[in-house]
Amino acid sequence: MAARKVPDLPNVSKDDLLKYYREMLLIRRFEEKAGQLYGMGLIGGFCHLYIGQEAVVVGLEAAAEEGDKRITSYRDHGHMLACGMDPKGVMAELTGREGGYSRGKGGSMHMFSKEKHFYGGHGIVGAQVPLGAGLAFSDKYKGNDRVTFTYFGDGAANQGQVYETYNMAELWDLPVIFVIENNQYAMGTSVKRSTKSPTLWQRGAAYGIEGEAVDGMDVLAVKEAGQRAVAHCRAGKGPYILEVMTYRYRGHSMSDPAKYRSREEVQKMREERDAIEHVRDLLMQGGHATDEDLKAIDKEIKAIVNEAAEFAKDSPEPDPAELWTDIYAKVAPQTA
Amino acid sequence: MMSMPRCLRICGGNDSLRGTDAMPATTMIDAIRDALDVALTDDPTVTVFGQDVGYFGGVFRCTAGLQKKHGIDRCFDTPISELGIVGVAIGMAAYGRKPVVEIQFADYMYPAYDQIVSEAARLRYRTAGEFTCPIVIRMPTGGGIFGAQTHSQSPEALFTHVTGLKVVMPSNPIDAKGLLLSAIDDPDPVIFLEPKRLYNGPFDGHHDRPVSPWRTHPMGEAPLGRYLVPLGQAAIRRKGAALTVLAYGTMVHVALAAVEETAIDAEVIDLRTLLPLDLETIVASVRKTGRCVVVHEATLTSGFGAELAALVQAECFWHLHAPVERVAGWDTPYPHTNEWDYFPGPARVAAACRRVLEVQ
Repeated sequence: MAARKVPDLPNVSKDDLLKYYREMLLIRRFEEKAGQLYGMGLIGGFCHLYIGQEAVVVGLEAAAEEGDKRITSYRDHGHMLACGMDPKGVMAELTGREGGYSRGKGGSMHMFSKEKHFYGGHGIVGAQVPLGAGLAFSDKYKGNDRVTFTYFGDGAANQGQVYETYNMAELWDLPVIFVIENNQYAMGTSVKRSTKSPTLWQRGAAYGIEGEAVDGMDVLAVKEAGQRAVAHCRAGKGPYILEVMTYRYRGHSMSDPAKYRSREEVQKMREERDAIEHVRDLLMQGGHATDEDLKAIDKEIKAIVNEAAEFAKDSPEPDPAELWTDIYAKVAPQTA
Repeated sequence: MMSMPRCLRICGGNDSLRGTDAMPATTMIDAIRDALDVALTDDPTVTVFGQDVGYFGGVFRCTAGLQKKHGIDRCFDTPISELGIVGVAIGMAAYGRKPVVEIQFADYMYPAYDQIVSEAARLRYRTAGEFTCPIVIRMPTGGGIFGAQTHSQSPEALFTHVTGLKVVMPSNPIDAKGLLLSAIDDPDPVIFLEPKRLYNGPFDGHHDRPVSPWRTHPMGEAPLGRYLVPLGQAAIRRKGAALTVLAYGTMVHVALAAVEETAIDAEVIDLRTLLPLDLETIVASVRKTGRCVVVHEATLTSGFGAELAALVQAECFWHLHAPVERVAGWDTPYPHTNEWDYFPGPARVAAACRRVLEVQ
């Protein structure tokens, strides 16, 4: 087993490190539990786990302020937990129950929270990107300095609508941060089999959009890049692109034959680059936490996740009458 | 409370490559792969591409092994760019190749819709026949897999409304292979809709019962080699005298289950091709039975069933004993948890048959 590189101790407070550790661990344990519930048949259909990518959302949320917005694709559980949505409501949507954020109408890919400024959860690759620009446009009308984190993957980066959006976002100086979560694989197709662009973020140059690539397995690096992006947008300089280099450990969804990459490749990332282990090392080496402290956090997180799972099992299925709600403002059910 | 199989595998895990290696195909996935294999072998201009289609072998495994066998020039991956995939295919087709492209789910088709309608369907007309567009666009379609609103839709009526396209939806492996080979041979653009709930076995709408495999179904084993099922020809799946049920795709199996379980002597017609439509078979049947029920999984309003009902009343008006009934998905987004409340299963089809029979 290859050893992970011992990180330099950065200038970061103990509290911040513990916060990131806790948030990333929550996502990982939540996703592991979701995987279990899927295996038990309690979650049906599609379920895309975020395991491996935790530092991306946790780092960027650390750069966000109240009122900033976020919108993403179908690999969305991590984003919801990181922005403070209730794990119970997220898990109950995964199991399709009344207690879920979309009351069982959306499932894993389609959840929202106005309170947390989370605009979904979108099942079509790339379709959320123009929406993100629209959210930012609304903020511009309101005259505030809020920004919108618009997440998409390396796969979506090849969708035409992304580039239509780039052009408009720069044209109108929209305060939108395009976050490309480059986890190297668009389902089963690696980046090198889908583009010859050496980077994805540099494509923004054609539209005059500034950006950068950042190590997505390092939560502190992500946070710093996020702060640069946020400062750019808040200053009224228009959009910014962050290409966050990350890695998903699990399959694209729950039924993934995993024939497009080697077991060794995944194992190497887990052992050498894991974002949670990275923060764990920082905590231990900085003398900020003992093994016991971290075990206590583990226990605390486990309790939260178990509570969410229990809630998601116990919450009732939506009434069939729910089929007829939320389609138009007023709707008369069909019968036959 | 949890009677339904919530954990249905949505991607085919089947990499046996039946259908390509001297063993007859015994799933719809194998039958489609077999058809592509035959087409790639017989016609050097056939080119297969789409998202995850090459190296990975397709999300439902319909193209597994084809890149290895025929080479990366004949079967390859594309970026996630539906309008690019279809647009490039149209260009290729206008200049001598026969592209067979995959849109990973029919629900992902919308970015490509402009290319399909404005370019593919109209190229022949616009150029007074000088250029044509012999492409096939394959799309897994329909629900029953807990895919919710973005992985379950049946958009066939969006295509049947477009003059210049042909629209096909098979209901079994034998037809799937023969129809796909006909579609590839066809000189015009063909939308080939594959009911994904039928990929691994016939599905009659009884979601709470075990999945049955294709190998035990009379239409389950697609013969080896090239054979054609012509476009524009319906199949009578069950002979009957009391009424006519018109269905296609998954709903053929649902309709058959409904009439068997209620012992109604219905004639069940599998349309197989929606455009061009085999009106002759439909009209002959309805003139004989005098009653007609139209079934589809797509939403009711402006669905293809509306076209069928209009044609039946126009062609069979003086033979009808009852108004034509439509059984369809409700006019709602495809729900997640309440999927089976939406899905027009055998009970709803049977109820419609009874209503039609009650009219004296």
